[in-house]
Amino acid sequence: MRPSVVSVIGLALVAIVAVWLGVNLVKTPELFFNVFFIGLTNGAVYALVALGYTLVYGILQLINFAHGDVFALSGLVASTVLFSVIGIGADSSSAAVAGGILLGLLITMTFFALFNAGIEFVAYRRLRNAPRLAALITAVGMSFIVQNVGLAIYDVDFRSASQLLPRTPVFEIGDVAYPWNKFVVVLITVPTLIALTWFVRATRQGKAMRAVAQDREASSMMGINVNRTISVTFALAGALAAVGGMLFLLQFNMRYDTGFELGLIAFTSAVLGGIGNLTGAVLGAMLIGFIQAFNEGLTWYTPGSDWTRSIVFGILIGVLVFRPEGLLGERTPEGA
Amino acid sequence: MAERAGAAADLARRVLRHGGTLAIVLVVLAVLYPTYVGWLSSLPLVGDFTPSVAGLVVIIVFTMMAVGLNVVVGYAGLLDLGYVAFYAAGAYTSAWLASQHFSQTSRHIGSAGLNPELPGIHMSLWAVLLIAGLFTALTGILIGLPTLRLRGDYLAIVTLGFGEIIPQFVRNGDNLFGFNLTNGTFGISPIDAPGFGESLNTTLGLPVNYQQSFQRESLFFWTALALLLFTVFCCVRLRDSRLGRAWVAIREDETAAAAMGVPLMRTKTWSYAIGAFFGGIAGAYYASFKSGAFPADFYFNISIFLLCMVILGGMGSVWGAVVGGVILGWLNVEGLATIGSKIAQTTGVNLEVPKYQFGIYGVIIVAMMLFRPSGLIAERRHKRELEEGVHDDEPMYEDRHT
Repeated sequence: MRPSVVSVIGLALVAIVAVWLGVNLVKTPELFFNVFFIGLTNGAVYALVALGYTLVYGILQLINFAHGDVFALSGLVASTVLFSVIGIGADSSSAAVAGGILLGLLITMTFFALFNAGIEFVAYRRLRNAPRLAALITAVGMSFIVQNVGLAIYDVDFRSASQLLPRTPVFEIGDVAYPWNKFVVVLITVPTLIALTWFVRATRQGKAMRAVAQDREASSMMGINVNRTISVTFALAGALAAVGGMLFLLQFNMRYDTGFELGLIAFTSAVLGGIGNLTGAVLGAMLIGFIQAFNEGLTWYTPGSDWTRSIVFGILIGVLVFRPEGLLGERTPEGA
Repeated sequence: MAERAGAAADLARRVLRHGGTLAIVLVVLAVLYPTYVGWLSSLPLVGDFTPSVAGLVVIIVFTMMAVGLNVVVGYAGLLDLGYVAFYAAGAYTSAWLASQHFSQTSRHIGSAGLNPELPGIHMSLWAVLLIAGLFTALTGILIGLPTLRLRGDYLAIVTLGFGEIIPQFVRNGDNLFGFNLTNGTFGISPIDAPGFGESLNTTLGLPVNYQQSFQRESLFFWTALALLLFTVFCCVRLRDSRLGRAWVAIREDETAAAAMGVPLMRTKTWSYAIGAFFGGIAGAYYASFKSGAFPADFYFNISIFLLCMVILGGMGSVWGAVVGGVILGWLNVEGLATIGSKIAQTTGVNLEVPKYQFGIYGVIIVAMMLFRPSGLIAERRHKRELEEGVHDDEPMYEDRHT
């Protein structure tokens, strides 16, 4: 029977990865845990972007290609907001840095919520009843437009705000250290995710979102304002991308085209977790974050960063072939 | 009624004849291009926008890829965002089979006008083009088999994934368990040029080897044109074939097509293989023209550039793909830079237009999808499809309750 063959192959792959991780853990335990924290940090950023893909897909069945570029642009704008508008620098006091980051987050989240809703209004709304391919192609075009907006404003230079955060450890066990600059990512991501869950589960607008995701026509007959609900979804996705952009800026260098690769990674995460499923997106993003970090950081039989992209796409293709509904998704009647 | 039908048929015939005449005139004008390009570029205003013959070769090669991509995207309605993978596969086939890369051996199979002592594999470029097409078609089938079962938007992402993996594989392929397959980031260069060899040169006067000819660019140009015409011919014939009608049926409604007995997987895989075939030939030929295959050439944006050509011209329309390909190819090779410098000259503002080329293509894509989704040269059937939305929409509320 075919499914059993498929699951045997899948389980074998998982087993190989588990053995590989185990050997690495025994050989270089300190490295393993340090890399683990890098993975946690990356995964958190991916999760924020992946949620944007999943939210939009859930409600429109549209892969919003432009989302990765919205993320990149938000990070670049965050650098302007932090350094030029708020005016904090490496020599500011910790309180000023913390306040500045929170204020900057508030500004970029608001701005990119509006920006993303604007994209939907300009580009996707007219195509809502067109063939699905039309909207998808438009999203690809939109992605290039947003990317070039970043190029026009910020040129090809890299930006970073990693100097703002201290690298002193939160805790230290032997050679394993968890620095503050990485902890900040978790510190911001967790409340964001809690707030998102609360919004989707408990508010009236969140309920409307879930209803529209299930059946757009039926919910419009129940008196739900579908257009507004879709706008809100895009705004939410934009705000999450802005959080991701800020966190990425606080860790790494980024420029106008960072969003392409990161967007693909985030999309892969969303598919891995089961697209349309919020918990799945976070789970998938964490897994991808760990896989990437282990691949780039460990030493025993590791392909290395040259192959990261191939591995991520290999996972994507593998998931789509073996388990198209993702880890937590439900199998839809139309398949994937 | 019969009279009207007769008149309509007559009209159709006239249009066809005119279209045919137009096509022939265009082809003749194109063939003669190297003879009047000098005069054209000396003209006051037009001259600045005239591409060189070498530039035109690039335009034609990309147009050929656009026509190939049109088979996948336009005919079968499968969004392929990784067409660059086929381009890369074709380019590296000619790099492997017609260069000094595998210097461990020295094999000459019909190589034209080369020193027979030269190390490496040197096959006749004509054979290489065919092999590149077949190899790339095989790649297309291999990519297609696991992925074509997926729904349209997932397929797009997976093809995009392959379009990213293959260049990365090429970039890292200089040490595959100790074997140098692709020479890594340095790429493989030089690559042999096509030619007809000594005996055909003496009997028919055909050039021995393009590279050694005084007319290098023109020869490459005429051959490219011939390849493009061959591609267009194949694609027009395919469109009206049984296979072509099966593609259109799948594009319009997959479920209905399957119910009518169209084998979905096989038909879709064929569209992949054939689209890839032309991409492979174009890639191999371009590598020979540039005399090199470099991994930096194969990036995602190329796939989008080609897609933009197909969309601008009109999905599903062969002539549309040609027109879109020529317009965008020209913009890429010549137009944007010239427009940029013109703007700088007249207004004094340096906009660096070429830097934003992909932003411009993005604007074209979005504008076309919003305002004229059927493209410049609309294919009638596809236009109806877009307007009426017969694609895989969910059943309407009314349908379910009557």
